[in-house]
Amino acid sequence: MPKKNLSGDGTAAPIDAWWWLSHKGTTTSFLCISLFALLIRSAVSMFPYSGAGTPPKFGDFEAQRHWMEITTNLPATDWYRNGTQNDLTYWGLDYPPLTAYQSYIHGILLRFFNPESVSLFSSRGHESYIGKLLMRWTVLSSDALIFFPSALFFVLVYHRNRAKSQVAWHIAMILLNPCLILIDHGHFQYNCISLGLTVGAIAAVLCGSEVLTCVLFTLALSHKQMSAYFAPAFFSHLLGKCLRRKNPILSLLKLGIAVIVTFVIVWWPYLHSVDDFLMVLSRLAPFERGIYEDYVANFWCTTSILIKWKKLFTTPSLKSISLAATVLASLPSMVHQIFSPSNEGFLYGLLNSSMAFYLFSFQVHEKSILMPFLAATLLALKIPDHFNHLTYYALFSMFPLLCRDNLLLPYLTLHLLFTLIYHSQLPKTKASSFSFTSFPGYVFLLRTHFFISLVLHVVYLTIQPPQKYPFLFEALIMILCFSFFVMFAFYINYTQWNFSSRFRSADKEKKQI
Amino acid sequence: MDGDRRHLLLWFFAAATAVKLLLIPSYRSTDFEVHRNWLAITHSLPLSEWYFDETSQWTLDYPPFFAYFERFLSFFARLLDPKIVDLHKGLDYSADSVVYFQRITVIFSDLSLLLGVYRLTRKVETLKRNLICVLVVWSPGLLMVDHVHFQYNGFLLGWLLLSVSFLQDGRDLIGGFLFAVVLCFKHLFAVAAPVYFVYLLRHYCWAGLATGLRRLVALGSVVVAVFAAAFGPFIYNGQIQQVISRMFPFGRGLCHAYWAPNFWVFYIILDKGLAFTLRKLGFDVQVPSASFTGGLVGDSSPFAVLPQITPLTTFVMVLLAITPCLIKAWKKPQPGLVGRWIAYAYTCGFLFGWHVHEKASLHFTIPLAIEYPIKVLLLLLHSMVMWLGFTALYSDEKALKEKEGGESKSKFEIGCIEKGYLIGLVLVEIVSQFLHPYFLGDRYAFMPLMLISTYCAVGIMYSWIWQLLKILT
Repeated sequence: MPKKNLSGDGTAAPIDAWWWLSHKGTTTSFLCISLFALLIRSAVSMFPYSGAGTPPKFGDFEAQRHWMEITTNLPATDWYRNGTQNDLTYWGLDYPPLTAYQSYIHGILLRFFNPESVSLFSSRGHESYIGKLLMRWTVLSSDALIFFPSALFFVLVYHRNRAKSQVAWHIAMILLNPCLILIDHGHFQYNCISLGLTVGAIAAVLCGSEVLTCVLFTLALSHKQMSAYFAPAFFSHLLGKCLRRKNPILSLLKLGIAVIVTFVIVWWPYLHSVDDFLMVLSRLAPFERGIYEDYVANFWCTTSILIKWKKLFTTPSLKSISLAATVLASLPSMVHQIFSPSNEGFLYGLLNSSMAFYLFSFQVHEKSILMPFLAATLLALKIPDHFNHLTYYALFSMFPLLCRDNLLLPYLTLHLLFTLIYHSQLPKTKASSFSFTSFPGYVFLLRTHFFISLVLHVVYLTIQPPQKYPFLFEALIMILCFSFFVMFAFYINYTQWNFSSRFRSADKEKKQI
Repeated sequence: MDGDRRHLLLWFFAAATAVKLLLIPSYRSTDFEVHRNWLAITHSLPLSEWYFDETSQWTLDYPPFFAYFERFLSFFARLLDPKIVDLHKGLDYSADSVVYFQRITVIFSDLSLLLGVYRLTRKVETLKRNLICVLVVWSPGLLMVDHVHFQYNGFLLGWLLLSVSFLQDGRDLIGGFLFAVVLCFKHLFAVAAPVYFVYLLRHYCWAGLATGLRRLVALGSVVVAVFAAAFGPFIYNGQIQQVISRMFPFGRGLCHAYWAPNFWVFYIILDKGLAFTLRKLGFDVQVPSASFTGGLVGDSSPFAVLPQITPLTTFVMVLLAITPCLIKAWKKPQPGLVGRWIAYAYTCGFLFGWHVHEKASLHFTIPLAIEYPIKVLLLLLHSMVMWLGFTALYSDEKALKEKEGGESKSKFEIGCIEKGYLIGLVLVEIVSQFLHPYFLGDRYAFMPLMLISTYCAVGIMYSWIWQLLKILT
């Protein structure tokens, strides 16, 4: 039945304009929206990739192709070892083994259809239509096989006990994530695999199957070490849950074993000697690259305008400082989850810990905004307004990167598409007791912020920066995005703590009854 | 209510525009260069030379209104990048400026399609209206042909839909006027001219001697005025014969290089089959000099056994096929049914016409090019939205009818034969696109094309027969 709300004057309020999409059930509407999502991904794939036509180093695309070349031609133990055939200074592998295995499988596919794109040495800098096509197909297939099913799993579990009117909107928000599409299918990366595994792990948490959570999250960690952004949330939530059981030690042991077994299976080739293991670890954490690179909107890079961190401290001490800062930033949400774990709080915890890592971690890239952004899409129904702004600023923080890759048109189009779909059905939020909107001048501040960012868009594209400060505009963009991210992080932390007090008081009421 | 409706329509159009923008860097066919050349011709040469210029092989072969349209666009093209409209230096120009310019003109011109659909569905109830809009604005065929291959069909179809909408409203004079305008844009639309003629005569001009005669004169003068505006300058220059010969290039063969899935596919297969069996039986059957499968377009007879088909034959066949429709229109001209009759006329034109282009099949030379999943996904998405929309519509109607206490038997179901056909379509595609190249490589290269053409022809014949039955009953 269509949900038409007939008010007194006879006009129909658009409460559920998309009921025709979701009337056949969640899975069918998911299928329909995923077809559209795949269409958009295929269309974006036609645009250039990172480092297209820029010898000698090219970009991420060449890195991934090179890894396929290395993994299909050398034995596993040599993949992370510097050698005559594997020159680690030319895009050496710097992700954990699961990425290497995935490169191996994709490399075999490429070798079957186009051998010269992965032949040892001679394929360096190889750029051809068929090579690009095959690489794009590998990303599309990984997305469809790993990210989409996990997203379906999450949506089914999350919307189990909720009104079905907003499922379609939520699915669209998750699948039409503009940042992920632009980075994976434009710039060229495989974030969909690690993010898909993470989403699967999150769904497993909501479902209550903790062993599955551990397995999936360990796999995600073994694909990209950046998944560790979510580790505090997982750890604190599972610990909190275990502590409430009758036999906490046993539960913890079960989970620990699941993690260790998965870890051993994936890292098997590198566990034969301590040297091998450390060799891989050293590739994963390239500390010599410094605390930040380029112009990413995190704490270290933004404050380096005033405080020259790299000059004041040595790299090892910066390592410790950033570690301390990250732990401190994620501590509130961790503590909250250990003492009062809940599914809803867990989702907030994910957002908090990933924001903390993004803001304070060592060697953060612009692309790392994908991690907090994913957590935000999962929470989109709860924080719709802030989610809208986060999307805008997350995309804006990657704007210089995307312009370098000639991805301006997809950037604008996906932004347009996101705005259209976001506004097609705005979810109703309960008025919270505290909201930033009640601050005087908040709306004015937000609007000015937004206006400045629009101006910066145009300025970046049209005006040449002054000779003395060639990266002036990148720096301005970075400051603007950082200021938003900090406010956002504060808000989300506050919400999570507020959530627990509401939860606890409701709990107390139940006990009294 | 009106504002809400317009909102939703614009929303769908904006979403479709987003997809069209993403399709800008996709594969372009020679039609892209054709239109760029026409921009150059209409801009750089005086009117008297438009239909004579042969600098490029892509000569002007659309009626004058389209040429005026290109002239209008060329003004902006020159502002953007003068090389686009340069007759000689702009040949095969494929820089970003010309690609973006041309693609964006198509996107803008699709506004006419939006206007046409909006007007046509003004009086239809909400859910149906949204469904129709989505299905038209998001039509995969239109997206593939207009925004990948490159043409301006959306623009032209918009005008046609406007014309039909006026006819349905009973405002025949404007409907006839708009149809004349469409004809002067692309003469292909003339297939429905008999229907228009009979309908307008019966519905508009058949109203007593004085009024009828007055109306006939009015209609006639409107149509003549439109044609005069279009062809006038050329008649004045004495070039009308050249223009006509460009518009009707009957030097081309019955079928285009890739067979359109129309009736003639069966004729050709029958001919080949007969030739084969007769040869086996010992008769001396000459192998024809021209061939269908060679991909050539020529004038010599490619038929070995069956009689040759001439343009006149196809013309007669089309007219014969439209006749039931004309009889109905003559007997009882109803505004509500005119849209159906016009659609039927175009189906007949496709099915029996001369040198029909198959633009819908769009074969890509590189296997698994990224446009292929786009095509497949568009089709799947469209079908799924259609299915979801129709089931929602029927369940909605059923619920309404049940509320009113009536019995409702309507349920949206696809019959067994139809389901079988659709599954067969998937199989045909898998065989011709993947299995055939994998197992047989380049041998019998015509087989997949023949298979696809024949299978689709069966489907289109089925739809034609269904339409005919609907009209007759």
